[in-house]
Amino acid sequence: MDAPADGGRVLLEARGLRRAFGARTVLDGIDLRLHQGESLVLLGPSGGGKTLLLKHLIGLRRPDAGKVFVDGHDFWAAHRPEQHRLRRRFGLAFQDGALFDSMNVFDNVAFPLRRARYGDERKVKGRVEECLELMHLGHAARRLPAELSTGMRRRVGFARAIALQPDILLFDEPTAGLDPVMVTVVDELVLDLRRRLRTTTVMTTHDLSSARAVASRVVLLFRGQVVADAPADRFFDLPHPAVRQFVEGSLHGPLLEPGGTEVKA
Amino acid sequence: MQVRRPAMGMLARVGSPVLRFCSDVGEVSGLLGETLKWAVRPPWEGRELLRQMLRLGVQSVPVVFVTATFTGAVMTLQTYQGFQRFGATSFVGTLVALSVMRELAPVLTALMVTGRSGSAIAAEIGTMQVTEQVEALEAMATEPVQYLFVPRVLAGVTMMPLLVLVADALAILGGRVVAVNLLGANPDDYDQSTWRVLEVNDLTSGLIKAAVFGFLFTLVACARGYQARGGAEGVGRTTTNAVVSGSICIIVSDFFLSRMMF
Repeated sequence: MDAPADGGRVLLEARGLRRAFGARTVLDGIDLRLHQGESLVLLGPSGGGKTLLLKHLIGLRRPDAGKVFVDGHDFWAAHRPEQHRLRRRFGLAFQDGALFDSMNVFDNVAFPLRRARYGDERKVKGRVEECLELMHLGHAARRLPAELSTGMRRRVGFARAIALQPDILLFDEPTAGLDPVMVTVVDELVLDLRRRLRTTTVMTTHDLSSARAVASRVVLLFRGQVVADAPADRFFDLPHPAVRQFVEGSLHGPLLEPGGTEVKA
Repeated sequence: MQVRRPAMGMLARVGSPVLRFCSDVGEVSGLLGETLKWAVRPPWEGRELLRQMLRLGVQSVPVVFVTATFTGAVMTLQTYQGFQRFGATSFVGTLVALSVMRELAPVLTALMVTGRSGSAIAAEIGTMQVTEQVEALEAMATEPVQYLFVPRVLAGVTMMPLLVLVADALAILGGRVVAVNLLGANPDDYDQSTWRVLEVNDLTSGLIKAAVFGFLFTLVACARGYQARGGAEGVGRTTTNAVVSGSICIIVSDFFLSRMMF
């Protein structure tokens, strides 16, 4: 795998992100810098706040403390139109797709294009078909989300996320529940986007083989903190007990000790 | 260790729903402000507005048809027999027309449409909220209040007066059919009794009420849906809440509107 693009432009930065729900602190001072062209994989136990961190990174949730910078702009200090402009630079693929169930697959993928005034309807149609083909969904354009399987819904979500060719793509558990072939399709998509368009990607996952395949850098999130952050070629050999336990899937180690977070984003 | 004091416990029991109510009112007021703010800013959601007008207005016509016709019919049936006791049947048409236009048509139509469309709005937005669709909107640089609230509230404000206009006509017609065909009233006398004292204000006041009710119940339904949490059960609770609070808003505001206009 490539080494992280150290020294490249910092596209996304979280400084001291803190978020608590009542007495439970879920994000406890997260510092994270994401360089252009990097492919970051966020690992961590289930319910450990990975999805919540993702939502904080693109400004969907406001932290109790700390800041998020998108290409040097302080997201929460910006006015609404500026925030919208910054958000257009992201594509977020939700874990369950989060498709609009009143629209068919085509209209779902066309939604961000039409909102961003991408072009006339012919241009929109061309781009939607391109994205659907990329996700092997050309045949499903006229179907409603309710008629799709979980995996297909998620792939429509990917197609929608990449439609505007964002600078930063975030995938929330993209491979969970997909068959092995589709896992490879998703991995290849992430790699291809990075190779061809230098798209920066952030992916949360439990799937170690997927992490090994796509990551240029891996971060382990545990008890609301970044406990390990290393280039992908070194991460899996780190001696940190939480990393060892996660990588080896062992029953013994800090991950199963009481006090682990369990939260719904 | 904390000492439990019964007086504090009681205060907390009384205080917590009051606090909840206040924070609820605050939240809905905030959403009201946001709705007004985004209603006057581009981009205009023309397609979505038309879709909502169709759903809230056109598709409610059958419900309004049945409600209005039978309300007019029952009113006539009841008052005709009552007025017969002191020979005042010539006023039945007047009474029916006045009460339908000023009060019954706006309130009953609003309550029926709240049950039908208010619940649908709350369930739809609530489902969108708990399945991350609202966050998906935000992630795609779309204001949820502008995209979801504004077209629905505008549809409520514009379609309700039209529905009430239909209800006025149907209720008066229903009353006439009962009076003339069932109770043997003279058609000319009845028609004259219906129209002779009516003023434009009787009609317009009902239509203004309808617009206000349309605004209130759609806003409440949108806000309730937006506040939904906790999966299918949460959406169910939200839907019930939307209909109950929407109906209460209609009944209470009806009093104040009537006080202001008459």
